[in-house]
This record gives sequence, structure tokens and C-alpha cells, in this order.
Amino acid sequence: MADSEDIRAGDGHGETRRDFLYLATGAFGAAGGAIALWPLIHQMSPARDTLALATTEVDLSPIEVGQSITVVWQGKPVFIRRRTEAEIEEAGTVALDDLPDPQPDAERARKPEWLIVVGVCTHLGCIPKGQATGDRKGEYGGWFCPCHGSHYDTSGRIRKGPAPKNLPVPSYEFLSDSLVRIG
Amino acid sequence: MTQPWMKNRLVQWIDYRLPMFSFAEKELIDYPTPRNLSYWWNFGSLAGIVLVIMIVTGIVLAMHYTPHVDHAFDSVERIMRDVNYGWLIRYIHTNGGSAFFIIVYIHIFRGLYYGSYKSPREILWILGVVILLCMMATAFMGYVLPWGQMSFWGATVITNLFSAVPIVGDIIVTWLWGGFTVDNPTLNRFFSLHYLMPFVIVGVVVLHLVSLHQHGSNNPLGIDAKGPQDKIPFHPYYTVKDMFGLSAFLTIFAGFVFFAPNFFGEPENYIPADPLLTPPHIVPEWYFLPYYAILRSITFDIWFLSAKLIGVVLMFGSILVLFLVPWLDRSPVRSARYRPIYKQLFWVLVIDCVVLGWVGGNPPEGIFVIIGQIATLYYFAHFLVLMPLLSVIETPRPLPTSIAEPVLGGGSGPPAAAPQTMEKAQ
Ligand code: HEM
Ligand code: FES
Repeated sequence: MADSEDIRAGDGHGETRRDFLYLATGAFGAAGGAIALWPLIHQMSPARDTLALATTEVDLSPIEVGQSITVVWQGKPVFIRRRTEAEIEEAGTVALDDLPDPQPDAERARKPEWLIVVGVCTHLGCIPKGQATGDRKGEYGGWFCPCHGSHYDTSGRIRKGPAPKNLPVPSYEFLSDSLVRIG
Repeated sequence: MTQPWMKNRLVQWIDYRLPMFSFAEKELIDYPTPRNLSYWWNFGSLAGIVLVIMIVTGIVLAMHYTPHVDHAFDSVERIMRDVNYGWLIRYIHTNGGSAFFIIVYIHIFRGLYYGSYKSPREILWILGVVILLCMMATAFMGYVLPWGQMSFWGATVITNLFSAVPIVGDIIVTWLWGGFTVDNPTLNRFFSLHYLMPFVIVGVVVLHLVSLHQHGSNNPLGIDAKGPQDKIPFHPYYTVKDMFGLSAFLTIFAGFVFFAPNFFGEPENYIPADPLLTPPHIVPEWYFLPYYAILRSITFDIWFLSAKLIGVVLMFGSILVLFLVPWLDRSPVRSARYRPIYKQLFWVLVIDCVVLGWVGGNPPEGIFVIIGQIATLYYFAHFLVLMPLLSVIETPRPLPTSIAEPVLGGGSGPPAAAPQTMEKAQ
């Protein structure tokens, strides 16, 4: 006790080598602790087998104009709709200023006839209605999410309701006129 | 008074080395308690007992449950049909969750009515709110385990709430899921955490009780005990009262378990989870409905803040605001009995919460949107505007001079049966 008192009082300025050692040790311990914590946190992120997600190839030939199909990619539904002339027209002519998440249709559909979007509502993750024939398609003729009432248009863009963003477009590639690979 | 068994040599031998007997005597038997506690003070011990029931039934369920997306639903059905008394154990666990929330909500409103959060019980109150948050996490993850449609879609909607966090939202959600949707990794970790959290709750409950016993219980008058005549020993007075309350509770509880086991449940959850089909109407368990209503009440953006983000912030804020209550209410008078205006606003708040629950259970359309918005606004106004305001403008009614005075009809002389122990304990 007396010794340490002496050391502290030693140079009369309050800061000593011992203070420095305390700080350095503390900082070293804290950094080490933080690094040791990382594996415990990161183990919860998607594992490698989950990440090694297969791409999904889809044969488009059986889909008629005006029809939609749902395929599964990364465990999520993907909506593929072969749009009618009217639907394409509607998606292309809307003023971008009217959109909550402005994006031209041309950027979303590589071939205007085929709209490919991830069918997960950008609000809280429900699957919007509009794929089956009898479904409610919402006020803009695309999809309607019944969970909290989000309306999507024929380009899968959010038009009304609590969802903040358009239905995302996955990366995809046409392998031929009737074969598309998603992912 | 020293208990007779404290004279036993073996008891003394042990107690000298591990003071569990003197601890029990001090905190469970002699523990001086206000003499005027009403039945509203039963709900704390009741919550503790239900916690034990949940842990015991939960551990037994875990012996038969399989946390895998392909087997979870079937394993729960097997518990219901094939495991001996599995139906009973599961129905106790399922209804126990609902009972737990009813009890804790009553317990919290009791605290709000009688000002039990005021000095020196602020930390006691804060620990209570922490317990509520832990319970909510536990119940949410437990509801996912049977892997029915509501399990799956409830989990999807609630985990997606975190995507509202700016910039890192999607990273957080993927991390929570351990994948790109709610899937097997999610179910596995929820099972692990659902097993863990109740024991965390036990830990916080212990702190809650240590804090309680530091200054003792508040009471319906909200005034401090003035002397030994104001208190009675916990045993036998309140042990008996708590036992009586427990019997009443167990009677009602057994009624639900045996005669209406699915009363609080959602039929949709007896359909196995289908990740490609959202049920038409997603509702959380009843005890989450008011928060759900608050979440959905925000249908408009404010500046650059999205409706989704504001809804999420308000939903969590509706609980976090409880942490601030000891400092929002500046009135020196604890009990609403002596606060004429606060007393009425308290009941308005109760009704407001019921309305929020009712809105939360209905589809977010038409009139429900407006009602939900008004009720949300009122909820926050109660705590953030009315509470601080009342502390200034309300004139409280005169307080009684002691607990013994109104209890013993104004007599200030020594009560007939003032227990000897109290003199010592004080
Ligand atoms: C704070 C205490 C607890 C609460 C509030 C709670 C809540 C819940 C809820 C609401 C469910 C869904 C029941 C259903 O829909 O049928 C559930 C299921 C389950 N819980 Fe708990 N629980 C608690 C403690 C525990 C403990 C300590 C364990 C031990 C491992 C456990 C194991 C299980 C299991 C295996 C299931 C799935 C079987 C089933 O769905 O019935 N629980 N829990
Ligand atoms: S999840 Fe689609 S509107 Fe909320």
C-alpha cells in the first residue's frame, strides 16, 4: 500500500508508468475479449452449405401470356409472370414521381414480356397474393399483400401501403428463349 | 421470533456453515410486511409459481420435442397423441404462457395504480420491465417451436421488424435467421434460446426480490410504514394469503387446461408451416396484440423516416417508455387512492390498452386504422404528457398519518395483536 502510494506521488503529476500499464493491460484485455467474441457472434450467420445456394433453372415454355408461376430460390418464392401487352403498357407509362420507390420498368424486366421478382413483401416478409387466378391483385393489378395491405403494380413496384420498397429483382440470365437461370 | 426448528442441532450445524435456515427465517418467515396488502399483491408470488410450472413442463416437453423443420410439427403431435400425459403437459405449458402474461400484466398495472415504481423502488420497477422483455422474447420463440403456420409466419413478420433498422437492417435479419428465410437454423437457435431464457428470467427475478426486500412492499395507501404496528410477519399471514390466491388461480387454470385448452390458441397453428403460403390473416398471440396494433398504426412516412421504421420504433418504445415512468411521474404521492385525476386516467389507460389489443386482432382496414392511431397516440400521451403534467397540476387528497390508522378504524393505540417479532425486525 505505502509503496504504491509512493510511486503515485513520485513524480507529482498524477500520471505514472503504472497508470500506463493499467490502461495498456485493460485495452489489451478488452480487444482480446472482443476478438474472442466474434466467432460466437458470427456462428449465427448463414453457414457455408446454406451459402452454397443452388441456382434455379426454370423452363418458361409452358407459361401462357397472362399466367404466373412461383418457383423456389434460396428458400424464397420467386414470381415469374408472362405479362400481357396491357400490363407492360401500364408498367411502362406510370410517372416515376408517383412511385414511393422510383424505378423504371425497363430496369426491372430485362425482357418486357417476363417479369421476375422475389415474392416476399418488403414490409415484413409475407408472400403477396396475385399468383393464383382467383387472387386479389390489389389496386394496381400486380400483387396484394394481405398482411398489412401493401399494393404492388404490374412491375412489382410498391404503390400503396406500408411496404417501403419494390419487390426485389433477383439476378437472372436467359439461357435460351424459354430457359432462365435465377441466382 | 426464533423458529423452534432453529434449535435443532443439525439445523444449527448446517446453518453455521451455510446460512440457509436463517436466510429463510429472515426473508420468508419474519420478513416484515405492511399489514394492509390487498389481493392485488398476490400476483407477484403467483408469477413466480407460474415461472416454475413453465420450467418444469418445458423441460419435460423438451424430452420429446425435435427441433427440426421436418419433424418439429410431428413431434408436437406425437406429444399430444402418443406420449403418456403429453397432452396434459403441453396444454399446461401452452396455457401457462397465457396465464403468465395475464398475471404479469395485472402485476404491472397494480404497480402503476399504487405508484410502486416511486422512490425507493425505481430499480425494482426497472428489473420488472426487464423481466417483461425477457418473457416476451421467450414466449415469441416458444410459439415458433411447434412449427405451425402461425409459428412460421409470426416468426417471419417479427424477425423482419429488424430490417427496419437503417443500413444494417438486412444484415441483422440474415444473421438472426442464419439463412435467407426463417428455416431450420432459425428453429434450432430459437429452441436453444427458448430453453435458456427462462433461467435468465429466474436470475432477474432473484435481483427483483433482493431489491424488493431492501425496502419491503409498497401498500394500497402508498405511505411508508411508520413503525412496528404497521407491519406483520410474512408467515403465516401472507404465506396463507398467497396460498389461497394460488388455489383460486389453479382452479381457473385447470378449467382452461381441461375444458378449453385451445381457448387462447389459433387454429391456424395446427396446420404445418408452409413457407410458400402466407395465411390470410396473421395474428400474434393475444398478449402481443396491443404492440401489434401500435406497429401497424403508422401508415405514413414522416420526412425521411419510413412508416415501417416508425412503427417498429414505437412498438419497442411502448415498452421502453415504462423504464422512464419513475421519472415521468413526479408526484410525491404514490397511491392513486389519493390522486383523484390520476386515478381516472389510470383507468383510461387500461381501456386504451384493451382497445389496442382489440384493434391488433382485427385486419388493418377501415375504421380499425383510425382507432388504432388514436389509441396509440393516447398511450404515449399518457406517459409522456399526462403523467408529468399531473405531477404539477393535481392536488392530492390528504394522506392518512399511518397504515395502522385507517386499518384499525382511526385508533392510534397499539394494535391488539402486534407481533413481537416486528420490534426486533424494525
Ligand atoms: C418463461 C417461461 C416460458 C414461457 C413463457 C414459454 C412459452 C412457450 C410457448 C408460448 C410455447 C408455444 C406453445 C404452443 O403453441 O403449443 C412454448 C413451447 C415450448 N416450450 Fe416453452 N416457455 C417457457 C419455458 C420453457 C422451458 C424452461 C422449456 C425447457 C426446455 C420450454 C420448452 C418448450 C418446448 C419444447 C416447446 C415446444 C412444444 C410445444 O409447442 O408445446 N419452455 N413455450
Ligand atoms: S408484410 Fe406485406 S404488408 Fe406487411
